[in-house]
Amino acid sequence: MNTPLLAVRDLHVRLGESHILQGVSFDVPAGGITALLGRNGVGKTTTLRAVLGLVPRRGSIRLDGEAIERAATHGIVRRGLGYVPEDRDVFAELTVEENLRLSERNGSARYDLVYDLFPELLERARQRAGTLSGGQQQMVAIGRALLNPNRLLLIDEPTKGLAPALVADVARVLERVAETETAVLVEQNLGVVRRLARAIVVLDQGRVVHTGTVGDLDDERLVHRLLGVGHAA
Amino acid sequence: MSTFLLLTITGLGLGAMYFLVASGLSLIYGLMGVLNFAHGAFLTVGAYGTWFVESKLGGIGSVTLRFLLSALVGLVVGGVFAALVELVLIRPLYLRHIEQVLVTVGLSLATVALVQGIWGNDARLYAVPGWLHRTTHVGGAAIPNDRWIDIAAAVLVLAGLKAFLRYTRYGLIIRAGVENRAMVTALGIDVRKAFTLVFAIGGLAAALAGVLSGIYFSEVDPGRGTSLLIFAFIVVVIGGLGSITGSAVASVVVGLAQQYVNYYSSGVGDLSVVLLLALVLLARPATLAGRTA
Repeated sequence: MNTPLLAVRDLHVRLGESHILQGVSFDVPAGGITALLGRNGVGKTTTLRAVLGLVPRRGSIRLDGEAIERAATHGIVRRGLGYVPEDRDVFAELTVEENLRLSERNGSARYDLVYDLFPELLERARQRAGTLSGGQQQMVAIGRALLNPNRLLLIDEPTKGLAPALVADVARVLERVAETETAVLVEQNLGVVRRLARAIVVLDQGRVVHTGTVGDLDDERLVHRLLGVGHAA
Repeated sequence: MSTFLLLTITGLGLGAMYFLVASGLSLIYGLMGVLNFAHGAFLTVGAYGTWFVESKLGGIGSVTLRFLLSALVGLVVGGVFAALVELVLIRPLYLRHIEQVLVTVGLSLATVALVQGIWGNDARLYAVPGWLHRTTHVGGAAIPNDRWIDIAAAVLVLAGLKAFLRYTRYGLIIRAGVENRAMVTALGIDVRKAFTLVFAIGGLAAALAGVLSGIYFSEVDPGRGTSLLIFAFIVVVIGGLGSITGSAVASVVVGLAQQYVNYYSSGVGDLSVVLLLALVLLARPATLAGRTA
């Protein structure tokens, strides 16, 4: 059996009095997109942040067989992780070009790819990121993650708060990304998930309650039970 | 008119020293969230380092050469001391704000006590080039020459810091870190190196303030760092935590207010600065310039 690209075992996160992740375990195979699904507040974003070491956590995290749970965040990222955070987190006072330049690692920045995917970023290179629209800020956030070659991309709700036309644009870009990169995608829009993902991992109350393929989302009873959407027969 | 001009230039000179201390304080808080009560210690170390080296150089070269060499050593000592403080005392305590406050307050008190223990409570006279003690007549006012040096030093440091922040990779990291430190690390950047660098730069600027305060007051004493730090904190709060430009503007305002009020209202300049702080906080709690390096 092939070693998964990312193997998470018994991951626990406590923030204050809250036990957010209660022994999360799942694998991410190399290639394509694995969607991390669940209702609001079940720990999807915390899972991504825990993989990156942005929150204190306990458990085992292996990237291509290498244990990374003791590494600092910058060290984990330098092993080849790209991150698109939930709220974009662009640096509002920096220009678009500075936001991208800050993300450069190892001298192999792929500006051609980023500007090919998002030509608007080139036009707005000198504009302060804080003055961009939500959709444009999402382009910066995704572009920042794609600037370097990644072994794994962690993408947190890339379509959140975007107009339908922009959701389609972002989905198109992620579809193209998925051809060459492996990604974990947190996404509420099941249409986008169905279009992009191969595998799914469903969380509920800090635990993994289902793993399978994206085809499982065709089962409306399952979708209703796990995600609380769709029709209950 | 000549009195007003003298007060203005003197206020700007005082503001220049406040800025040199406040700029480092502001960057350190903006990037790391560390309220560095030991910042005055960097000033004291720089000032005493300069005085000590100058006193040991004896008759070597001219007074100007000796002073410049001593000041250079004082600045380096201040910068290195600040970097060591970050590496040894602050780094193990990141995100533990109460402990940081305790350790920096403790270091501040310990530095004063150490200086008093070694060199005593008495102020030490600064041997500076004679030109600095003379005056230049401008608009009928006799302006002490050292005021021009204070102002020029602050302007150069401001320009240098702005250029550093704007045109260098580390400047970019610091500007981004002031906004969102966690996201900087999530881009694969070891932000701790920037922390040490910011402390070293802050220490260097504070040490420069120490040297200039030695010239301004013609002497240095163990409490100098602490007394200037109080006003520097006020400047940082008024100017916006993390904002260099805000600190520069606030330094000028505080320095001028202190001088004008002291002269025209019988020595209540310090009180006026505290009232100014209260007014600014009431009128605009977010302060003048927010968190922008």
